[in-house]
Amino acid sequence: MWVKQISVFLENKSGRLAAVARLLADNGFNIRALSIADTSDFGILRLIVNDPARAYQVLKDAGFTVSETEVLAVEVPDRPGGLAGVLDLLHDTGINIEYLYAFVSKSGGNALVLLKVEALERAVEVLGANGIQVQDYHIVHQI
Amino acid sequence: MIWDRMETLPRDDMERLQLDRLQSVVRRVCRKVPFYRNRLQEMGFKPTGVKSLSDLPKLPFTEKDDLRDNYPYGLFAVPLEKMVRIHASSGTTGRPTVVGYTRKDLGTWSELVARVVVQAGVKPRDVVQICFSYGLFTGGFGLHYGLERVGATVVPASAGNTPRQLRLMQDFHTTALVGTPTYALYIAEMARENGLDPTRLGLRLGLFGSEPWSEGLRQELQTAWGFAATDNYGMSELIGPGVSGECRLQDGLHISEDHFLPEIIDPETGETLPPGVQGELVITTLTKEGLPLLRYRTRDLTALDYTPCPCGRTTVRMRRVFGRTDDMLIIRGVNVFPSQVEEILMDTAGVGPHYQIIVDRKGYLDEMEVRVELAADYFTGAFRDLETLERNIKERLRSTLNTTPKVKLVEYRSLERTEGKAKRVIDRRPTADD
Repeated sequence: MWVKQISVFLENKSGRLAAVARLLADNGFNIRALSIADTSDFGILRLIVNDPARAYQVLKDAGFTVSETEVLAVEVPDRPGGLAGVLDLLHDTGINIEYLYAFVSKSGGNALVLLKVEALERAVEVLGANGIQVQDYHIVHQI
Repeated sequence: MIWDRMETLPRDDMERLQLDRLQSVVRRVCRKVPFYRNRLQEMGFKPTGVKSLSDLPKLPFTEKDDLRDNYPYGLFAVPLEKMVRIHASSGTTGRPTVVGYTRKDLGTWSELVARVVVQAGVKPRDVVQICFSYGLFTGGFGLHYGLERVGATVVPASAGNTPRQLRLMQDFHTTALVGTPTYALYIAEMARENGLDPTRLGLRLGLFGSEPWSEGLRQELQTAWGFAATDNYGMSELIGPGVSGECRLQDGLHISEDHFLPEIIDPETGETLPPGVQGELVITTLTKEGLPLLRYRTRDLTALDYTPCPCGRTTVRMRRVFGRTDDMLIIRGVNVFPSQVEEILMDTAGVGPHYQIIVDRKGYLDEMEVRVELAADYFTGAFRDLETLERNIKERLRSTLNTTPKVKLVEYRSLERTEGKAKRVIDRRPTADD
């Protein structure tokens, strides 16, 4: 049910992001979605790729500091208020969102966002009960 | 085991011996070394002026600059033909200091290193891999001959070529390692990266020296290798390694007092400080033939402890070197030693043993930045955890150092690994000469 996200610790110095992208490219990975959170010193690159388990190993072997996190891929109606509706639902049930970023491609006519929450199962339940589709691991990594 | 009965001499006997030797070395340098003859004459001190050990503070200090000013052979007390070995400091900051050994000095040196390695636990059956460089630096050769004297099997691997170090350890069944603490950490890191568990390589002892290291780093090394890690101390000007070393109790380094007469002084005023008080270590060589030195200022900060050690040795113990007077950073008027930073970092989960201190000046203000590697297994992917870690380190440093450094988490393996002495401090502030 959850989507495997790879997080990479990066110092804020030139060439580090490019090094990750190059390494993934050389090993045939396709980056499906990404986000960067940063301070002036360091950043965390978050990635959704096909075959996350192998990507994790490849990055680790190359000396990167990596970790694996489970996130939700939520289908959001692609129209004004689509995202707001989903967020309201979670907010109303007291589920905190740590961060969120969007997928490049669409899933059926819907936009796809990645959500990091503490209460994964509870979030899926709430969203499902309200007709919001949470995408399956296999589907997301293949999109 | 105790190598030499001199290590257990009663205090009265030791002091009688020290006085006897001090009187003789003062007479000898007056005769043989113009530098000392002139200096003592200027002070109006007679060659026979030493009546008791309490006269020691009346003698002049010798500084590293005196060795440099008399480069290369000016302070030698014997003709060059009597010297059988020359060593020298690296001379990265100015002229190198050159030291010479007579045949007798080399014999003394081996004996003194034998004491150090025996008290660290080395037995004749040990296979000892020396990862100090061999050459002008005294570390390699010093340990080498001392270990041979004890009857251990010496593997003179020298520094560098880490994959080969690991191969030798496995093939030769190394049981003890000699090197700098930071290089030993690096070898362990490389071992793990190559799928080897350092604790299963069969090493039981690690003998470390040539750079100041913290208790935290000792724990780190002992855990990484599964061996007992002891500290030993020396410097080329005095003889090289062999001046002092820890026994298995790891509670201070026993000084071979029958050869090196120690004092602690206030580095600012030069006044002698009482036992137990931290200050600069000053040593008078009592038996050196080739290069005898009176009251040599080591620039190392420590304190002396004359209480008897449960190991049976009666020799005075010096505390692990806290730092060097010339390592001390003055950040906005506050004294900071790299060892204080190291102690805190070693005690913080989530950051690795490698760190660097960068000092710079922004306008008229000093800025200190501590860079430390994030431990690979600590990274959760959560931003909050990293911020909390940085904040905690910063807060602990602030409360200990009384100055607020910047803390920067850097990627694992991004700081330089060294095979010799680690470069912990980069001071970019303009100096008076600039």
